[in-house]
Amino acid sequence: MSTLSNFSGWLLALFQLALFAMAAPLLAGWIKWLKARLQNRRGSSPLQPYRDLHKLFGKEVLVAETASAVFRAAPYIVFGATLLAAASLPLLTVKLPTAAIADMIVMVGFLALARFFLALAGMDTGSAFGGMGASREMLVSALAEPAMLMAIFTLAMSAHSTNLSSISSWVLNEGAILRPSFMFALLGLALVAVAETGRIPVDNPDTHLELTMIHEAMILEYSGRHLALMEWAAQLKLLLYGVLVVNVFFPWGIAESFAPGALALGLAALTAKLLLLSMILAVSETVLAKMRLFRAPQFLNLAFLLAVLGLLSFVILESGT
Amino acid sequence: MTALLLTVFTPALGILLLALLPGLRLSGWVNLALSAFSLGASLVMAVQVLEAGPITAHGFHVDAFNVYLLALTTFVAFTTAIFSRPYMEAVCHQGRLDKGRMRLYHASYQGFMFTMLLALSTDNLGVLWVAVEGATLTTVLLVSLYRTPSAVEAAWKYFILCGVGIALALFGTVLVYFAAQQAQVPAEAGLTWSALHPLSGRFNAVAMGLAFVFLLVGYGTKAGLVPMHFWLPDAHSEGPTPVSAVLSGLLLNVALYAVVRFKMLADNALLNTGHPHAAGYLMMGFGLVSFTVAGLSLHRQRDIKRMFSYSSIEHMGLMTFAFGVGGPLATFAALLHMLVHSLTKSAIFITVGHASHIANTQVIDHIRGLIRTQPAVGWGLLLGVAAIAGFPPFGIFTSEFLILTATMQSWPWLTTLLLVGLVVAFAGLFRHLQPMVYGSAPEGQKAVGANMIPVAVHLGLVLWLGIAIPAALAHWLDEATRLIAGSGLL
Amino acid sequence: MIGQLDLLHQAIFVLAALVVFSSFFLLSHSRLTSAIHGFAFQGMLVAAVAALMARAGGNPHLYLSALLTFTLKGLLIPWMLHRLVRRLDMEREVENIAHPVVLVLVGMALVVFSYWVALPIERMQATETRNIVAVSVAVVLLGMWMLIARRQVVAQVLGFMSMENGLFLAAVSSTQGMPLVVELGVAFDVLVAAVLFGVFFFHIKESIDSLDVDRLNRLTEGKEA
Repeated sequence: MSTLSNFSGWLLALFQLALFAMAAPLLAGWIKWLKARLQNRRGSSPLQPYRDLHKLFGKEVLVAETASAVFRAAPYIVFGATLLAAASLPLLTVKLPTAAIADMIVMVGFLALARFFLALAGMDTGSAFGGMGASREMLVSALAEPAMLMAIFTLAMSAHSTNLSSISSWVLNEGAILRPSFMFALLGLALVAVAETGRIPVDNPDTHLELTMIHEAMILEYSGRHLALMEWAAQLKLLLYGVLVVNVFFPWGIAESFAPGALALGLAALTAKLLLLSMILAVSETVLAKMRLFRAPQFLNLAFLLAVLGLLSFVILESGT
Repeated sequence: MTALLLTVFTPALGILLLALLPGLRLSGWVNLALSAFSLGASLVMAVQVLEAGPITAHGFHVDAFNVYLLALTTFVAFTTAIFSRPYMEAVCHQGRLDKGRMRLYHASYQGFMFTMLLALSTDNLGVLWVAVEGATLTTVLLVSLYRTPSAVEAAWKYFILCGVGIALALFGTVLVYFAAQQAQVPAEAGLTWSALHPLSGRFNAVAMGLAFVFLLVGYGTKAGLVPMHFWLPDAHSEGPTPVSAVLSGLLLNVALYAVVRFKMLADNALLNTGHPHAAGYLMMGFGLVSFTVAGLSLHRQRDIKRMFSYSSIEHMGLMTFAFGVGGPLATFAALLHMLVHSLTKSAIFITVGHASHIANTQVIDHIRGLIRTQPAVGWGLLLGVAAIAGFPPFGIFTSEFLILTATMQSWPWLTTLLLVGLVVAFAGLFRHLQPMVYGSAPEGQKAVGANMIPVAVHLGLVLWLGIAIPAALAHWLDEATRLIAGSGLL
Repeated sequence: MIGQLDLLHQAIFVLAALVVFSSFFLLSHSRLTSAIHGFAFQGMLVAAVAALMARAGGNPHLYLSALLTFTLKGLLIPWMLHRLVRRLDMEREVENIAHPVVLVLVGMALVVFSYWVALPIERMQATETRNIVAVSVAVVLLGMWMLIARRQVVAQVLGFMSMENGLFLAAVSSTQGMPLVVELGVAFDVLVAAVLFGVFFFHIKESIDSLDVDRLNRLTEGKEA
C-alpha cells in the first residue's frame, strides 16, 4: 500500500469517525419522530437533538457539593470511550487502516469502560436515584454482556477472526447463505442492543419515571456540557449497535475500496439499512409495553439462550466437513 | 399360518366385541371363550412350528424362541381369564366399578393380549415397538380402573415413565434401521428381523452399540429393570389383580424378549470388534443391579402386591443377567426361567387377589391366618412363594440352579453374589409370608368364593417342569438356545 | 461447510435449528396456552423439515409422513389440548417454575451432550443432513428433561409429545424416514396416547383437584395406606 493511499486511508478513518459522531443525534431524533408519527402525534423535528445538544453546551455547569473529581471526569471518559468503540466499526468501508485494531473484544471493552464510569458517576453524588440507576444498569449489563460475547464468539468462530472488518468482508465473500447460527446470533444481539441502549421494553428513553428509569436516573445530576456529553454518548451507542447489526450481518453495499463512487454507494446503502432498522425499532417500541424491571433478567436470559443456541448450531450444524 | 393369524387376531376381534357387548356376566364368559380359542389356536400353531420349522410370512415370524412365549402368553391369558371372570364380578358387586368400566376392562384385556401377541409374533422391529407401546396404552386405563387417587397416580407414573422408556427404544430402533441402511441392506427388507439377522454381521458396530444402549434402557424400563423400575410396584399394587397377574407374568417377558432379539443383532455386529460381549456385559450389569436392589427392597414392603412386584423385578434382573452371561447353558436357563417365573408369578397374583379379598386389605400386617380361614388360599400362597423362592422340586429351582452353574463356569466370583441375593430375597419373602399364612386370623374373617383351579394348574406345571422337562419342550428350548447362543445344549 | 450446500439444505438447517429453539421455548414457558402454540409450531417445523427433505432427497413417501405429522402434531393434537384446557378452565393457568435459569442451563448442557452422542453416527454418514441427528437427539432429551423438571401435567404431556417430534426428526434425518407401516403405527400410537392423556387430565383433576404432579405423592416407598 502506497503512502498516499495510506494517508487517505487515515483521513477517511477520521472522516468516518466524524460522520459517526455527527450522525448519532440524527438517528435518535429520527426514531423519536418516527415513533411520534406512529402514535399519531406530530412529534418534534428529527433535528431536535442537535438543538438540544447545542443549547446544553452553552449552559452553565452545576456540580453537586458532594461530588468528587470522578463526577467531573466521567462525561469525558464516557464520551471518549464510546467514540473509540465506534471507531472500531466498519462504517462505510472495510479497508481502513484502523481495521487492524477494529477488534470486537476491544469494542466490548470500551463499552464496558464507558458503562463503568457512567455507573460510578451515578453513585458519586450520593443521591438515591443515581445509586438506584447505577445498580440497575449493572444488573442489566451483567446479564447482557455474556450474551453479547456469546453472539460475538459465534460470528468469530464462523469467520475465524474477531476483527469486525474481517468478519464483514468474510460475510461479503461468502454471499447470501442462510445460517442458523447467524440467525440466532442476530436475534440475541438485537435483544442485547435493546437492553444496552435503554430502549423499550427494558428501559424507556423518553421518561423520567422514578420507579422504572435506568439510564436517566444515573445522569439526573448532570447539567450543561456534562449532560450534553452524556446524552451524546448515549446516542452514539445507539448508532453503534445499529451499525454493528447492519454492517456485520448484512454488509452488502459496504465499500471495498476508497473510490468515491464506492464510498458514496456505501453511504447510501448504510443509510437505507439504518432507515429500515430504525423503522423496525420504532414499530416494535410502539407495539411493546415496557416490562417490569424484574422481568429484565428473563429478557436477557432469552438473549443469552439465543446467543448460545447460535454458537451450538454453528458447532453442530455448520462446522462438519 | 392360519393358526398363527387366529392366535393373534382373535383378541383383536375381541376388543371390538367386548367394547360393544353390554352384558356384564356375558362379557366375562366371552372374554374367557376368546382366550380359550386363542390358546387353542396357539397350541395348534406350536405343533406346526415344532414339526415344520419356523414360519415367516405376511410380516410375521415365528421361530423356536417366540413360539413357546406365544403359547405361554395365551395360556396365562386363558387361566387369568378363568380367575378374572368371578373376581371382577365380585369387585363389581362391591360397587368399586360400574358397568361402563367393566366393559372397558374386558376390551382392554383383549387389547392387551392382542398387542402382546403381535409384539411376540411380528417380524418387523418397528411393529414390535408399536405393539409394545400399544401394550402400555391398553393397560394404562386398566391400572387406573378403580379411579382412586393413588390408582390414578400409579397410572400416570406408569404412562409417563414407560412413555419415556419406549421413546428411547424407538430411537434405538431408528439407529438399527440406520445401521442396516448403511450396511446396504436391501430397502424392501426394511426392519424385518428375518432379513436383518443374517446380515447383521455387516452392521456398523458403533451404531449398533449405541442403538443397543438405547434399546436396553428403553425396553428395560418396560421390563422393570432398576433404576427405571419405579412405575412397576405402583402399577401392580393399584391395578386390579388380574391385571397385575398378566403384567407380571407376560408384559415383562415381552419386554425382555425384545431386548434379547436386539441383543442377537448387536452380538453379530460387535463380533469382530474389541468388545464382542459389550451387549452382554451391559445386560449383566443391569440385571445384577435389579436383582440386588429388588431383593433388598422385598424386606421393607408393607403392601402384599408391591412385595410380589419387587419379586418380579428381582427375577427379571436374574433373567437379564443370565441372557447377558450368554452361552448355551445360561441362555437355556434364562429361557426356562422366563417360563416358570411367568407361571408361578401369575399363580401367586391370583392367590394374592383371593387373600386380599379375604382380609379386605392389601396391607401385609392386616392379612393374617389365611390357612385357618381358607386352607386352599393359604396353601396356594405358601406353595407359590416356596416355588418363587426357588425351593426344590419346583421348576424355578431347576432354572436358578442352571443359572448358578453357568455363572460358576464363566464368572465364578459372581456366584457368591447371586447366592447371597437369593438368600436375601428368600428371607424377605418368608418373613412376611409366615404370619400371613399361619398367624391368628382376626375375628369374623370369612372364606370367600375362590377358584383355585388356575393356581393348582400353574403350580402343578411348575412342579412338573422341576421334576422332568418334557422332551418336546426341552427340544423347543434347545432350538431357541441354538438360535440365541449359537449352539444348543442338548 | 454450510456455504457449499444449496438453498434447500440451508433452509433445512435453519428449520432444524428453530426446532431446538422451540424445544427451549416449551421448556421454559410457563403459560399453558402459549406453550401449546409453541408445540404446534414445533410440529409444523418438523413437518416442514420432512417435506424439504423429501424434496431434497426425491423421496415421495416422506411427503406423506410430513403431511401426517403436520395434521397430527401441528393441528390435531394442539387443537385437542386447547379444547381440554378450555374445558378444564385452565386457560389462564401459569405454572410457577422454580428455577427457570437452571432449567435452561441444563437444557443447554443436554444439547452439548447430544452432540457428543451423535458424533459417531454423523461420522459414518455421507448425506448433507447428517448433522440434524444431533438436533433430534437434543429435542428428545429436552422433552425428557421437560418431563422431569416440569410439575404441570399439561406441560409434561407437551414434553412427551415433543420427544416424539424429536424421534420423528431422527428417523427423517438419519434414514430418510422409517418404513411406512412403522410410521403409521407410531402415528396411531401417538394419537391414542393423546386421547388417553386427555382422559387422564380429567381423572387427575377429579382426584387431586389440580393438575400439579407435586400433589401426586401418595405412592412413595414404605408409606402405603
